[in-house]
Amino acid sequence: MSATRPASSAGDRVFFATLIGLGLTYLLLVVAMLLADASFTTLPAIQAALARPEIRHAFGLSFITATITAILSVWFAVPIGYIMGRRQFPGKALVDAVLDIPIVLPPMVIGLSLLILFQTGAGKQLEAGFKAAFGVGITYEVPSIVIAQFAVSCAFAIRTLRVTFDQLDPRCEEVARTLGCSSRQAFWHVVLPSAWKGVLSAGLLAWARALGEFGPVLVFSGATRMKTEVLPSTVFLELSVGDLEAAVAVSLVLVAAAVGCLLLGRLLGLKVGR
Amino acid sequence: MSLRLEQCSTAVGTFPLGPISMDLPSGAYGVLMGRTGSGKTTLLELIAGLAPLMAGDLSIAGQASNHLRPADREIGYLPQDGVLFDTMTVEEHLDFAPRFRGWPKARRQERVSELAERLELNPLLMRMPAGLSGGERQRVALGRALAGKPKLLLLDEPLSALDEQMHSELCRYLESLRDRGDVTVLHVTHNPQEADRLGTHRFRLEDGQVLATS
Repeated sequence: MSATRPASSAGDRVFFATLIGLGLTYLLLVVAMLLADASFTTLPAIQAALARPEIRHAFGLSFITATITAILSVWFAVPIGYIMGRRQFPGKALVDAVLDIPIVLPPMVIGLSLLILFQTGAGKQLEAGFKAAFGVGITYEVPSIVIAQFAVSCAFAIRTLRVTFDQLDPRCEEVARTLGCSSRQAFWHVVLPSAWKGVLSAGLLAWARALGEFGPVLVFSGATRMKTEVLPSTVFLELSVGDLEAAVAVSLVLVAAAVGCLLLGRLLGLKVGR
Repeated sequence: MSLRLEQCSTAVGTFPLGPISMDLPSGAYGVLMGRTGSGKTTLLELIAGLAPLMAGDLSIAGQASNHLRPADREIGYLPQDGVLFDTMTVEEHLDFAPRFRGWPKARRQERVSELAERLELNPLLMRMPAGLSGGERQRVALGRALAGKPKLLLLDEPLSALDEQMHSELCRYLESLRDRGDVTVLHVTHNPQEADRLGTHRFRLEDGQVLATS
C-alpha cells in the first residue's frame, strides 16, 4: 500500500530547503574542522607526541583534575539545582542570574577574578590554611586548576540539573511525605533516583567542560610544564613554539574525549548539553 | 479516626480557600463533589499537610494536626493520576509506607502479600510503573496509600479515566473498604453515581465553603 502525502506548495519547499541548507552548512563546518585536524597528522606522529613525558603528564593531570571537578560540580549542583527548581524565595531571579555569570563571562576574566580573589586578605588566609593542611598552595599550583575548572563547569551542571528537577513531578515527593518520609528521605529515595539521568548528564557535561577549560586555567594556574600544564595549555604551548603536529595530536585527544562523552551520553539516553 | 476542620483556610499561589468547616465521623466514607477549580484538590492537600494552614483548626483521629508534618498525620493520599514513583517496582510501592513508618520486615512482607492479593497485583509485583495500564496504576496507587494502615484515606478522583470494567472492580473494592469501616475516607469525585454508591456522607465544595448535602 503506497502512502500519499498532501502536495506541498512552492513556498513550503523553499522554506524547508532554506532550513536544511543552513543546517547542512553548519554541520559541514563542524565535520570539516574535525576532518582537517585528522588529515593534518598521522598516527605515528600522534603516538610520538603522546609519548613525550610533558604531554603524558598534561594528559594525566587533565583527566584527574577534570574528574575531581566533575564530582565536585555534581556535588554542588544537585542541591543548588534542586532548590532553584523547586523553591520560591525572594531574590530568586537575582540568584539565578548570578549562577549563570560564569557561563557568559569571558574565560580570561574568570581566571583574573580568581587570581584577584586569592590576593585579598580572605583569599590569602584560605591559601595559607590550605597549605598548612595539605602541604601545597593554591595559586599557580594543581588545586588552582580544579578551582578554575570548577568555577565554569559547576554553572553548566547547575543549569542541567535545574532543568532536570523542573521536569520531575513535585507531587511524587509530596506523596512520599504523606507516606512517612521526611523531606530528606523523599529527596534521597524518590527525587534523586528519578533524576539519575540528569545527574549523569550534568557530570559528563562538567567533565567535558573541565577537560577543555583553558582561559581561567592559564591565568589562575599558569602553564608550567610538568606542573600545571593541562591538555588545552599543551595545545597553546606547542603552537607558541611552532610544533603544529604536537598541537594537533593533543587537539585530537581532546576532540576524541569530547565526542566520547557525547556518545556515552547518547548511549545512556542522556541529554548531555541539550 | 474522625476528621474535623474548623474555620480552616489556605492559599496555594494566588488561590485562596476557606474558611472551611466540616466533620467526618470515624469510619465514615465521605464523598466530596464540586465544580472543576472549586478547590477540592487543594482541600485534600490542606488536610494532608501539603498546603499551608493559614487559619483554623484541623484534627485527624481526634489529634490536633495543625502543626503535624505530612509524615506524622497517619494518612494515605492518592493524588489524581496516581503519581507512581517511576524508579520503583509495584512491590516497592506497596512496601513504601510500611518501610518508612519503621515496620519490622516480617510485618512489611505480610502487608505487601495481603494487599497484592486483595488488589490482584500479584502478577505485577516485579513490574515498573512505565508498563502498567491505567487501571493497574490506580490499583498500585491505592495499595500504596493503604499499605501503612492509615487512619484517614484521601482519594482524589481515584476512579476517573478507568474503563467500565476496571471502574466497577475498583468501586467494589472501595465498597468493601467502606463496609469494613476500619479507615475514614474522603473521596473527591465528579461522578454522582459514584457518590451515591460509595458515600455514607456527601459534601459539596462551593464558593470556598463545604456544604454537607446528606
